[in-house]
Amino acid sequence: MKATSATFVRNEMLAPSAPPSTEAGPIKWMRENLFSSPLNIVLTVLGVGAVVYIVMHIAPWMLRGVWVAGTLSECREIIQARYGEGVTGACWALIRDRWQQYLFGFYPSELYWRPVLAFVLMLAAIAPVLFDALPRRVLWFTLVYPAVGFWLLWGGTVWVPVMALAGFVISYVAAKIVQPIAGTILATIAAVLTPVLWWLFLAGPAADAAQSVIPIALEGVRSREFGGFILAFTIGFTGIAFSLPLGVMLALGRQSDMFIVNKLSVGFIEFIRGVPLITLLFTASLLLNYFLPPGTDFDIILRVIIMVVLFAAAYIAEVVRGGLAALPRGQYEAADALGLDYWKAQRLIIMPQALKISIPGIVSTFIGLFKDTTLVVFVGLLDPLKGITDAVRASTDWKGVYWEPYIFVGAIFFVFCFGMSRYSMYLERKLKTDHR
Amino acid sequence: MKQSVFLGTLAASTLLAAGAMAQGTSTLDTVKARGELNCGVNTGLVGFAAPDANGNWQGFDVAICKAVAAAVLGDASKVVYIPTTSSDRFEQLTSGKIDLLSRNTTWTFSRDTDLKMDFVGVNYYDGQGFMVRKDLGVSSAKELDGATICIQTGTTTELNLADYFKANNMTYTAVPIETNAEGEQQYLAAACDAYTTDASGLAATRAAFADPENHIILPEIISKEPLGPSVRHGDNAWGDVVRWTLNALIAAEEFGITSTNIDELAASSQNPEVQRLLGTSGELGKMIGLEPNWAMNAIKASGNYGEIFAATIGESTPIGLARGLNAQWTQGGLLYTPPFR
Amino acid sequence: MAVITDEPKAGFRLGMLIYDTRYRSITIQIVVLFLVMAGAAWLIDNLLRNLAVLGRGIDFSFLGNRAGYDINQSLVEYTNDSTHARATLVGILNTLLVAFLGCVAATVVGVLAGVLRLSKNWVVARLMTVYVEIFRNVPLLLWILIIYAVFTEALPAPNAFRGENATSTMVMFDSVAFTNRYTAIPWVMFDNSLGWLALGPLWLNLDLAAIIGALVGGFLINRAIVRRATKIQEATGERPTTWWQSILALFGPIIAVFLLLGTHVDAPSLQGFNFTGGLQVSNSLVALWLALTLYTAAYIAEIVRSGINAISRGQSEAAFALGLRPGRTMNLVILPQALRVIIPPLISQYLNLTKNSSLAIAVGYMDLRGTLGGITLNQTGRGLEAMMLLMLIYLIISLVISGAMNIYNNSVRLKER
Repeated sequence: MKATSATFVRNEMLAPSAPPSTEAGPIKWMRENLFSSPLNIVLTVLGVGAVVYIVMHIAPWMLRGVWVAGTLSECREIIQARYGEGVTGACWALIRDRWQQYLFGFYPSELYWRPVLAFVLMLAAIAPVLFDALPRRVLWFTLVYPAVGFWLLWGGTVWVPVMALAGFVISYVAAKIVQPIAGTILATIAAVLTPVLWWLFLAGPAADAAQSVIPIALEGVRSREFGGFILAFTIGFTGIAFSLPLGVMLALGRQSDMFIVNKLSVGFIEFIRGVPLITLLFTASLLLNYFLPPGTDFDIILRVIIMVVLFAAAYIAEVVRGGLAALPRGQYEAADALGLDYWKAQRLIIMPQALKISIPGIVSTFIGLFKDTTLVVFVGLLDPLKGITDAVRASTDWKGVYWEPYIFVGAIFFVFCFGMSRYSMYLERKLKTDHR
Repeated sequence: MKQSVFLGTLAASTLLAAGAMAQGTSTLDTVKARGELNCGVNTGLVGFAAPDANGNWQGFDVAICKAVAAAVLGDASKVVYIPTTSSDRFEQLTSGKIDLLSRNTTWTFSRDTDLKMDFVGVNYYDGQGFMVRKDLGVSSAKELDGATICIQTGTTTELNLADYFKANNMTYTAVPIETNAEGEQQYLAAACDAYTTDASGLAATRAAFADPENHIILPEIISKEPLGPSVRHGDNAWGDVVRWTLNALIAAEEFGITSTNIDELAASSQNPEVQRLLGTSGELGKMIGLEPNWAMNAIKASGNYGEIFAATIGESTPIGLARGLNAQWTQGGLLYTPPFR
Repeated sequence: MAVITDEPKAGFRLGMLIYDTRYRSITIQIVVLFLVMAGAAWLIDNLLRNLAVLGRGIDFSFLGNRAGYDINQSLVEYTNDSTHARATLVGILNTLLVAFLGCVAATVVGVLAGVLRLSKNWVVARLMTVYVEIFRNVPLLLWILIIYAVFTEALPAPNAFRGENATSTMVMFDSVAFTNRYTAIPWVMFDNSLGWLALGPLWLNLDLAAIIGALVGGFLINRAIVRRATKIQEATGERPTTWWQSILALFGPIIAVFLLLGTHVDAPSLQGFNFTGGLQVSNSLVALWLALTLYTAAYIAEIVRSGINAISRGQSEAAFALGLRPGRTMNLVILPQALRVIIPPLISQYLNLTKNSSLAIAVGYMDLRGTLGGITLNQTGRGLEAMMLLMLIYLIISLVISGAMNIYNNSVRLKER
């Protein structure tokens, strides 16, 4: 029987015709993504309208900007001459004229290479922390960096940071010596006590002595000359570096079974989280001296950093506590079953997992800390946002300029904070080990 | 200093704070030992104290700091300027972070007594006034009923304002602002009808406007604002140093000693008071624990009172203040120094 | 026969304090406690010595003195003859006002933005992403300054409304005026105002109390009516008509109160330098409120988004399978479950907003920091006392908010057995 003889049976396939124009290409995409329902149509129209409105109002002003001018009035004249009477435009010349102040404050201009070098070295120091592809040996530089950065920024004799670092070496040596003689506990005590005694009583004279023998010193720069973004970075990054360990300790204290340790941690965390940072900064600038021995003079940036560290640490403690709480109990029990002591269990089993869970929270705390460095303006430091801007506006040349400095400073903050949040997402993805 | 700071951090990080430093002694000794004067100034008020683009502080109040540093340390550049806000200036002084507050601060009873400060004299006799736009058609502060008024917080101005409007049975809305820069911004945007602060400050602010001719300062001066440098209460030796440095500047103008002719006068002047002042005779310097030529150094730093006034806020500067009450007593002003003997 | 004897009871040795885990924790706690007490004692000793050097003590009596300054916005009666304590109270109320308004608005905006960010609409989702990222990554202080500057620079001064050729006009039937100082809106006024009732330091506005009383009373009566109707329905199967009773119960008392108080609407009009009459909402409040709202809402949007994402897809698929439309799926299935994930971080955002309201200093809004921590501190010079009191008040506010929200959180938490 011949199957294909019937005339109504097709012998060859037709080429598929193109889908209807409404079901393909951009039109389909638009139908699905922009106009799928009346509500969506309204939303799309509103959204596009808002974007167009904002761009129409801001873009011309920004594009008409003038980059080369000496004063604000000169700027305005140029714009009026170019685009006609009554037209306004941005005066980016301000940033061209004063960018050094925004970046360095009143840091001596011939020493700009030092903060720049410190910044580059800082990137080098945090690189091995951020990306584990780099050799682990580089971490040694990370550990030494705080002393290097301090010396570059503030200057003075090199022996002060060297002697300060020596405290850690002394601590290590003391622990090694005491350990075989008197056991771990006393070794720990020795490791804590010796560096403190060294820093308090011996490091200063030792630094002086070393300086008189081998004088190596950079020109000193005062804290009051710091300003702009070096101030924000100094406070921000020091705060980040010190608040993480402190925060982890607080979180462990809060999780601890020991009644007193637990209650002290809870009290501290709740107190710090209950008051605005600005009041803590005021405390640092106004009241800290009441609580220190009469006659003590404490550097203002240092005081602010201490407060910022305490503030951020309380928040990090809560984030890490969340991470600890999210771990299944089995992990703790498994660690106990393996016979690990408390610190080993924390170090090898609990913390790696808890910190991994906490990464987004920790990074957003860091971003918050970095943004909060702008609040130091209220204690008389020259932060980039308001301190420097007010100083610039106080000059006759740039009186009356409003938006340009805000946009400039805001853009820089955005770049750094956005970068940090993207990095945290990258890290989260990288560390994700479950299979969902 | 630096090392104690850094080591202090480390010590504090192990929960043990830095040990006590030198126990509080006389400020004069402290300043001499430190080799620098910590001087509290305004965060930025053109003419009185403001950093220029290079971060060098200039102004009328700054000149006092320089004179004191020159008198005590022999070098007018040995000053650390510490910007103070109106909220933290007293704490900065009482807590010892600054040795001298030279920041257009009004001498009042409660500040002198309750706040434990000592005002050592008056370097500028001021009073609170109002600035308004000309097109408002206001010619007297009495016409400001119902107006919105920009006012810098943390000064005596808000109390004076409240008292003045109450006394004249008028109402107003206060717009509190933190710094002079913000005040200007608000005022120029017409977010307030009038701007009130010390008349000298108003003149300084108005001078920096693009269109000073469109703004007027109303004739009413509603308060007495004697501005002067202040020190901590109870440290009389230090208070004497600052007081007599200020007096030396004023006396120098009275005797016609200027920064240009001072060396000549020191060598040749026959006036015994000038000789005593400049340390060529008598032992005034020793009496307050300074070098014999202390006053000479102070005057050399930025000139006598009249020179400082003319260079920073006088009529030839953009701020353009007349001497007025701040002229010598011989010229009808209030400046009258006790004799140097 | 083996004799089982007790293990020889070892005497307590000092070494056990360190090496025996049973005692070690006690040792550590005692050492910690000792260190903390020593630290506190050291701080307090320093404080006392410093105060002795300065010749002054800790003294809160300044709170009873006349304040002498004016506050441009106060929810309770305040003049410059009032005390510093009263100025502090005005500050507290202003802080609470902006914090409350901010929390409400931030929740609304944040939930909207969070939901819209997950929307299938490409434009809207992208826009919301841009909004969230921009606001989260730029300091709040900048937003406050910018929004305040926009108000100051872009809106007209009251002067512009004056005269024949005014450059600005009032909107909404000549009743609302946006100026660069405040927004003047009509407001209800009472002819037969009941005034204030002084209860110690707190004063009670009797008008407000009467209105709230009438509202609550009406609500309670209405509930009784509905209950009764339900009871009858359960007993007889027929529900009596109650809508007119409900309307009467809900609106009757409040209308009566308004009539008795002699209510009329007072519209703002330009007189002298400024608008008078009506209510003038200062721009510092609006700018601060707006900035706090938009900033916090960006965070809340992220919280809402991750809360919704935390609900497994099966839930929404099941809801669709039941034939629920997307809107109802969101309302009935997703959000109630997401709420449990959302609430704890939301609490901390509310706390952050409240604390961030202390940035009011940047726009001259007289909040707690502006009164107690600002002018009062400056005028009296009592920095130590004022700052301690300030921190204490903020701490109490924070603890109360987190306490209240935790109670709510417990009530919506999944009841597990």
